[in-house]
Amino acid sequence: MAVEGDAKNEAGAESERPAKRARFNWIGSESHGLDKPQVERYSRQLLVPAFGVAGQGTLCCASILVVGAGGLGSPVLLYLAAAGVGTLGIADDDVVEQSNLHRQVIHTEAAAEAGNPKTTSAKEACQRINSSIKVVEHRTRFTAANALDLVRPYDVIVDASDNVATRYVVNDACVVAGKPLVSGAALGMEGQLAVYHDRPGAPCYRCMFPVPPVGARRCADAGVLGVVPGIIGSLQALEAIKVATGIGEPLSARMLIFDALTTRLQTVKLRGRSATCAACGDQPTITAETLPSFDYAHFVSADTDPSPLPVLSAAESVSCAAYKARVVDAGRPHVVVDVREAHQFAIAALPGAISIPLKHLVNRIADVQAAVAEAAARCPAESAAPDVYVVCRRGNDSKIGTRLLRQKGIGNAFNLTGGVVAWADEIDPSFPTY
Amino acid sequence: MVEINLEFSGGLELLFGDVKQHKVQVPAKDGAIQVLISDLLVWIRGNLLKERPEMFLKGDSVRPGILVLINDCDWELCGRLASPVEDGDTVVFISTLHGG
Ligand SMILES: [Zn+2]
Repeated sequence: MAVEGDAKNEAGAESERPAKRARFNWIGSESHGLDKPQVERYSRQLLVPAFGVAGQGTLCCASILVVGAGGLGSPVLLYLAAAGVGTLGIADDDVVEQSNLHRQVIHTEAAAEAGNPKTTSAKEACQRINSSIKVVEHRTRFTAANALDLVRPYDVIVDASDNVATRYVVNDACVVAGKPLVSGAALGMEGQLAVYHDRPGAPCYRCMFPVPPVGARRCADAGVLGVVPGIIGSLQALEAIKVATGIGEPLSARMLIFDALTTRLQTVKLRGRSATCAACGDQPTITAETLPSFDYAHFVSADTDPSPLPVLSAAESVSCAAYKARVVDAGRPHVVVDVREAHQFAIAALPGAISIPLKHLVNRIADVQAAVAEAAARCPAESAAPDVYVVCRRGNDSKIGTRLLRQKGIGNAFNLTGGVVAWADEIDPSFPTY
Repeated sequence: MVEINLEFSGGLELLFGDVKQHKVQVPAKDGAIQVLISDLLVWIRGNLLKERPEMFLKGDSVRPGILVLINDCDWELCGRLASPVEDGDTVVFISTLHGG
C-alpha cells in the first residue's frame, strides 16, 4: 500500500512483493510475500498461531496513520514500527518540549532541547527500530480542510490526539472515507479505548457523543502519569494490528476503561450505530462535500462554559512587576493567598504565600482575615490595612478568588495578573513552571 | 428502596468528594414500584452531588460527554432515563477523556 506525496521512501522499503523479483529454493513466500530477512526479523510473531505468516504478510502491506505523536502516539508508533507495518503515517504539528518527555517516550532530550518537530523525532525513532518500513511525516495540524486527504491513503487510523475538536474531525473523516478508527485517551490516572466504525452496525465516535462536552480537562491542567498513556497507546497498537490484519475480535462497539490507581481494566458494551448520527447515520449531514468547511472549533465550543470568569477592573488587578516593585521590594507587609489546589501549591509557591484552594476559599474567609490582622501587626501605626494578593497558576482562578474576597468584605484584595507562570516569566527565572 | 453501587470516573469523582465508589439506597418515587435512572439522577442531585451540579447534569439528564453504564452496558441499550435499576445493580457515570 503506497502513500504518495509528503515523503520520499528514503529507507527503500519494498512496496512490491519480493516473490516477484527473486527465485526461491523454498516455498511459502509466493503465498505470504515475506522474504528471508522478514521471516527472520518477525519470526517470534510468525510463531504465534493466531497471527502467523498470513498476519505478518498482511501487516507488511498495510498502512496505518497515527494522529498525534504524543503520550499515546509514542507507544503506538514504536510498536507498529517494530511489528512491521508497511507504511506508517505520523500527523502532528507540535514540537518536542521538556514537559513531554515523561510520557512521550519516542522523543529524546536532544529533540526537546532543539525544539524539533514531533513528526521528525518520531520518524527517526521508528526508522532506528525498523529501517525496512516506510514512515511518512505529515507535519501539519489535523484540520477539517486536510482531514480527508490525510486519511484516504491509509487502511487504519489511530486517534492519539489530545483535544476534543481533533477527535471529532478524525472520526468524521474516518466515516466519510470509510476507515476504521482506533481511538484512545488518557488523563490523570485513567484511560479509555475503543474501536469505532470498523464494521457495519458498529458505532462511530459521534454516535457515542453526538454533543461535545463542556470544560474538557487537559493533560496540561489535570496532569497524567506517564505510564498511563503508555498502556492505552500500547493497547491501541494492538487493536490497530488486529483491525489491519483481521485477526481476533477488535474492541468494536465496546469500550475499555482503565483505572491505574486500582489497576482495574473493564470492558463495557456500547450502543450500535445511531440512525440519526450526523456522520454515519441514515441521512448524514457530514459528507465529503461538507466536512472540509465544517467549523469544528465552533462546534466544540458551542455549549457555553457553565462558569464564566468574572471580569475584574484594572484597579482590582496588579501586574507581577508592580507587585514586585511596590510591595515586595518596598517591604510592605501584605498577604498572598494562593488558590491553587494543594498538590500544585506543593510544587512551588511565592514566598510567604498561604494555601487556600479556591473551592475552600468561601469557607475560609476567617483564615484570610487572620492573616491580614497578622500582617497589620507588622505595619507601622496608622498605615492603611495590608493588601491581599490572590494568585493561582495562570491568573484565571485568582480572578474568581479576588471577586469572592471583595464580596466578603476584603476590599483591598487584588488579582495577581498571570499567576505564578507570569511571575516566573517576568520576575523570577528561578521559579519553576509546570 | 433499592441498593445500588454507584461509580464515578473520568474526573466526575471530583464532584463527589473525590470518592469513586458509593453504595447507596435509593427510594422509589411516591406510588412507583420501580426506581428508574431518572429517579436516581434526581436522588444523586439531592443527596450526593457536592459541587457544580452543571458539570454533572443538564436538564433532566446527564451533561454531554458523560457515558452512563448499567451493569457494564451502555444505557442507550436499556432505555436511558427510563431504564429501571434493581437491587445490586452497578451504575457507572464516566466522563470521556480527551488527553493524549
Ligand atoms: Zn456515527
